[in-house]
Amino acid sequence: MRKKALRVGSLMAGLTLSQLALADWEVNMTPGVTGVSRDIFGLHMTIFWICVAIGIVVFGVMFWSIFAHRKSRGYKPANFHEHTWVEILWTIIPLAILVVMAIPATITLLDMYNTDESEVDIKVTGYQWKWRYDFINEEFGYFSTLSTPRDEIYNRAEKNENYLLEVDKPLVLPVGRKVRFLMTANDVIHSWWVPALGVKKDAIPGFINETWTRIDEPGIYRGQCTELCGKDHGFMPIVVKAVPQDEYDEWVAEQVAMAEKERELTSKDWTLEELMARGEKAYDTTCAACHQQDGSGSPPAFPALKGSAVATGPVDHHMDIVVHGVSGTAMQAFGKQLSEVDLAAIITYERNAWGNDTGEMVTPKQILDYKNAQQ
Amino acid sequence: MSAVIDTHDHSHDQDHHHGPAKGFKRWLLTTNHKDIGTMYLIFSFTMFLLGGTMAMVIRAELFQPGLQIVEPAFFNQMTTMHGLIMVFGAVMPAFVGLANWMIPLMIGAPDMALPRMNNWSFWILPAAFALLVSTLFMSGGAPNFGWTFYAPLSTTYGPPSTTFFIFAIHMMGISSIMGAINVIATILNLRAPGMTLMKMPLFVWTWLITAFLLIAVMPVLAGVVTMMLMDINFGTSFFNAAGGGDPVLFQHVFWFFGHPEVYIMILPAFGAVSEIIPAFSRKRLFGYASMVYAVGAIALLSFVVWAHHMFTVGMPVAGEIFFMYCTMLIAVPTGVKVFNWVATMFRGSMTFEAPMLFSIAFVILFTIGGFSGLMLAIAPADFQYHDTYFVVAHFHYVLVPGAIFGIFASAYYWLPKWTGNMYDETLAKTHFWMSFIGMNLAFFPMHFLGLAGMPRRIPDYALQFADFNMVSSIGAFMFGSTQLLFLFIVVKCARGGEKAAAKPWDGAEGLEWTVPSPAPYHTFSTPPEVK
Repeated sequence: MRKKALRVGSLMAGLTLSQLALADWEVNMTPGVTGVSRDIFGLHMTIFWICVAIGIVVFGVMFWSIFAHRKSRGYKPANFHEHTWVEILWTIIPLAILVVMAIPATITLLDMYNTDESEVDIKVTGYQWKWRYDFINEEFGYFSTLSTPRDEIYNRAEKNENYLLEVDKPLVLPVGRKVRFLMTANDVIHSWWVPALGVKKDAIPGFINETWTRIDEPGIYRGQCTELCGKDHGFMPIVVKAVPQDEYDEWVAEQVAMAEKERELTSKDWTLEELMARGEKAYDTTCAACHQQDGSGSPPAFPALKGSAVATGPVDHHMDIVVHGVSGTAMQAFGKQLSEVDLAAIITYERNAWGNDTGEMVTPKQILDYKNAQQ
Repeated sequence: MSAVIDTHDHSHDQDHHHGPAKGFKRWLLTTNHKDIGTMYLIFSFTMFLLGGTMAMVIRAELFQPGLQIVEPAFFNQMTTMHGLIMVFGAVMPAFVGLANWMIPLMIGAPDMALPRMNNWSFWILPAAFALLVSTLFMSGGAPNFGWTFYAPLSTTYGPPSTTFFIFAIHMMGISSIMGAINVIATILNLRAPGMTLMKMPLFVWTWLITAFLLIAVMPVLAGVVTMMLMDINFGTSFFNAAGGGDPVLFQHVFWFFGHPEVYIMILPAFGAVSEIIPAFSRKRLFGYASMVYAVGAIALLSFVVWAHHMFTVGMPVAGEIFFMYCTMLIAVPTGVKVFNWVATMFRGSMTFEAPMLFSIAFVILFTIGGFSGLMLAIAPADFQYHDTYFVVAHFHYVLVPGAIFGIFASAYYWLPKWTGNMYDETLAKTHFWMSFIGMNLAFFPMHFLGLAGMPRRIPDYALQFADFNMVSSIGAFMFGSTQLLFLFIVVKCARGGEKAAAKPWDGAEGLEWTVPSPAPYHTFSTPPEVK
């Protein structure tokens, strides 16, 4: 109850005061919006109160001794130093408490591991430093990246309410249906966590982990990567948008159509201006985390692109690096992560931005040909 | 009377021919357990300040949301180096230092059993840490993958300095193993006549068990870093999924080392506190035998609980259940120890000098850390706690008021024996209260942050975490700066002060109090008789 009052209080503070007061004094886990998250919350509170009870007894005796049995009060020490029955008793009682605690914990655990009869399957892939969601039955997928502007991170602009917990494209899920997640990663280990769903699972390269959720209420639920995955570990949030079934169906249909349109774009004739405009956007979401928005990079791990030999040299070499990556470095192979259009746009952008003015343009068709020639 | 040794290396005075050599050679070539103990303690405190400085950088960056002071890449180097330096540079060498000083004095031995190896195991450490710290100045920076260095972040994606880090870990491991062999050889062979195993002081018992843990797991750590070395430099694929390797294997091997390691850092503190609480309660330790059995049980259980660090890794559910039950079981012997300490205080005649204050704080705060450990053991709940600030709060509660308060308590308890002078009690109490308040202010809010959803190892955070982070940073600055006071107290005590009696604490028991203060350079050349 106190917790609830605290939360209401902090919510009001958040609504009425500015930035800093938005921060609240939340002290406890939230019960969340799924059966599993509520079970976990129940276990959490049970074990918490057990600890509090044990603490009161143990510390009570201790503080009383500290208060009463002190030399300054003239207390003479007793002589006992063992007592078999007491010792047996305080071995057995904790053991019994633990057995009582283990039963509900085991039941919840078995439930969390039961991924049978799922109705929606989503493959979640961790990348340095973004998430990809593939709706494997509907054959579309997309990346979800942090959308907080760098100006807010570097304190040049006022931070918005969802600072660091906002993405360009959230994961949309239907409420009331069992959603199965298949977790994996492309580079290092990540961990996908949305507290309100009670779901956390490591995304490990070469492994596919399973977990599931069934969301009860529509809403927006935010989470973060929880396994240290390199430089921008703190900047790859997760946003889940839970919507009613019909809204979800509509959204899926839209996505399927968009994916089809995107594929058609490859054969379109592009102008340099169009590619540059698209390239700037794609560069900012995909490349700027390492190579920086102004192409200056952060050497030696992430080389500068501005005036670099790669971005101003032969086109083929440039394509090779972007498509296949550079093994043994942080430069990933983007050939399978990005569409031909985005690859072409990014390469064109890198060859013409920041005074690299080569005037050269790479079209999606060229990329497609290049990829085909490689096979 | 033999020469008096001084813990402060600039001002050792001596007036006896059989005393130590002069100048730096005394320290470089010494095989004397007291000199080596002193060097370990000074080294450990230096590392404590260095690792603490890194913690201050971390807390300064986390003082407010947004990036202000350091970039994320450097932030990760700070968290990694802070962890490595505190674990391997501050806590472990401090306990080895205490072991060197006190074990021979407590069991009536003239020195450690293998004195030359003792010298070698110390002098490897400064080299190892010089190598580790030098990575900060290398191209690509220091290790940035956390003190747990999970592959493949630390292999395929690690900075070039990782190989140096691996070599440093190898050297620390060799030093620890040699130290552990020495402790075992000393305890099993050099006890005074009449001192049976079950008459040994608990500090000696806990160190004996710790030494066995060290010998068991340090080679495992060496193994895992060697596999990394092969992956990085020789084209193997132990942890590289693309080559058929298994990134999760790394975690299993690492935590098979890592979990006993956390007991390596706490068991000697259990022992020290079991000496100090009876001394200041003026009453014998309650349940000596059950204390010994509890430490043994904890040590054995520590080998079968490693995967509770990996509940979210996707183990089969049977594995989860096994590791959950075993982990919960550890609460039983740990509980026995806490109950015994409280029962020792109960109906004693207590006084509250600095060693006792630190020991009482140890019992209370370590128990709080134990409670959060019990919560973390509940596997389903751990899915919410894992890798959040709740975990950071938990292990700082067992390490700071556990291991580090245990070390402070030991230092104040035995300083009169080491230096021959009493420390300044008022300053020491100030040190205690500042540390106690600062530590709780720094780490208690981290429980709230974790439960509210803040992941660990992030350089920047969402706005709802701002207030508690600021509180935590203020507490951390307070705790950190207070430790300079400890340096001052120790230096002051080493330089002079009220002369200490052979047994400055009226309730203290044990052979170390039968020799004069300061302890002569050579003690127990003829073994004492224990009845």
